[in-house]
Amino acid sequence: MINTGDTAFILAAAGLVLLMTPGLALFYGGMVRSKNVLGTILQSFIMISLISIEWVYIGYSMSFGPDVSGLTGDLSWFALNSVTSAPSADYATTIPQTVFMIYQCMFAIITPALITGAFAERVRFAPFLVFSVFWAILVYNPVCHWIWGSGGWLAARGVLDFAGGLVVHLTCGMAALAGVLVIGPRQNFGKTNFMPHNLPMTMIGTGLLWFGWFGFNGGSALAANGIAATAFVATHLGGMAGMAMWAAMEWLNSGKPTTLGAASGAIAGLATITPAAGFVSPNSAIIIGLVAGICCYLAVSFKNKAGFDDSLDVIGIHGLGGLLGTICLGIFASKAINPGGADGLLTGNVSFLTTQLFGIMIVGGYAFIISWILFKVIDVLMGLRLSKDHENLGLDQAEHSEAAYNN
Amino acid sequence: MKKIEAIIKPFKLDDVKEALNNIGIKGMTVSEVKGYGRQKGHKEIYRGAEYVVDFIPKVKMEIVIEASLVDQVVETIRLAANTDKIGDGKIFVMPIEEVVRVRTGERGKEAI
Repeated sequence: MINTGDTAFILAAAGLVLLMTPGLALFYGGMVRSKNVLGTILQSFIMISLISIEWVYIGYSMSFGPDVSGLTGDLSWFALNSVTSAPSADYATTIPQTVFMIYQCMFAIITPALITGAFAERVRFAPFLVFSVFWAILVYNPVCHWIWGSGGWLAARGVLDFAGGLVVHLTCGMAALAGVLVIGPRQNFGKTNFMPHNLPMTMIGTGLLWFGWFGFNGGSALAANGIAATAFVATHLGGMAGMAMWAAMEWLNSGKPTTLGAASGAIAGLATITPAAGFVSPNSAIIIGLVAGICCYLAVSFKNKAGFDDSLDVIGIHGLGGLLGTICLGIFASKAINPGGADGLLTGNVSFLTTQLFGIMIVGGYAFIISWILFKVIDVLMGLRLSKDHENLGLDQAEHSEAAYNN
Repeated sequence: MKKIEAIIKPFKLDDVKEALNNIGIKGMTVSEVKGYGRQKGHKEIYRGAEYVVDFIPKVKMEIVIEASLVDQVVETIRLAANTDKIGDGKIFVMPIEEVVRVRTGERGKEAI
């Protein structure tokens, strides 16, 4: 039975989640050097086309189609065959299935776009596209099915992920780690300055991401109800606490708070609250945001000392955020908040935390291994890196024959 | 004829221009430049990583004048650009062989 309120809400939420991809493009675009800004922005934007096509033809069916041994959906919904404006029997039963399909499409789009921050400023466009589409097929779709698909094996084990701590943030973080290892650092890494060229652009991106995140987490209730409200409030509180904590950590450690630090903390808090948003109380959400601010700040500081060129900190912010949030859910979840959820450690239930840790190991391990193999294979077949000359010239000129700033 | 090349702090440009106007200097060429001297650079921090920025933005002004005006112009610039702090800049004086006004073809002093 279709509920018009739910339908309107999820349609709006789908629009909000789409907006996060352009938001991410600006967030990343401001952090690279001016000769790479268009190439970086396009790596996010083009996912809207690439992944939407993949999603309509096979992605949706692999993720949510009829289950095959808990591992994947089959391909019987190829090209949206039998996906109509009638509600699905298994998912979001009060809205047209096409609405559910397009809402989930937006998640599939932004996830590979998130990875691009790890190998910013040094990868060719064509092999990057090939990587992204195969990554969606081999990593995103199966993991999405395991956790959110009807019959998925991790869901059956009791692993919970409200809006994508595992499905989105941990998978992209692990892919980022694999990418950094396979692709290697930018030329002169550690010697030259790789300073952000336009932080106001990054701040606009942060604002758009935060705004879109209300659709990402709030909409994951898949109805306009109390759980959506819980998730909306938790999302906001997680983001604000992350921003406050990261800025405070900087202030203590290096004497001054920075705008990039505030933006990073906000995104860390938002990513960390994502898996827990619809399952925890406002007070828990604040604690989760604070934990995100501390841990992600320390992780990024460690990266700087260790000499890893995860250029825009996908691992330290998204990967670690998704991981932390999934653990925090095992600690703070409460059936008093969401009867459809679970009780966590604080309510005396140890086994749910163990289940969440199991989910992290499986999803993290799987995403890392498959991503590493994909990067390696594509590197051997096509060559992922720009030539040295082209890297010096910048993505914009070398790959797109454009310049962002003409004077 | 002499050319005065003065490297000054950008926010002092208006003060210097006005002071030169007041003593009757009618033209100048200004460009935005970067450089460092004894002032050295400064430090910027992004996500915990420190970057040393060596080159600091300055304004370079170029003025061609009759040789007799050199002392007055140099002193005017020096006083107007001075903040008594490190990084105030430098003034260079050099000889000019010839000046030609493009529109009329006038040469020398008349063309300044």
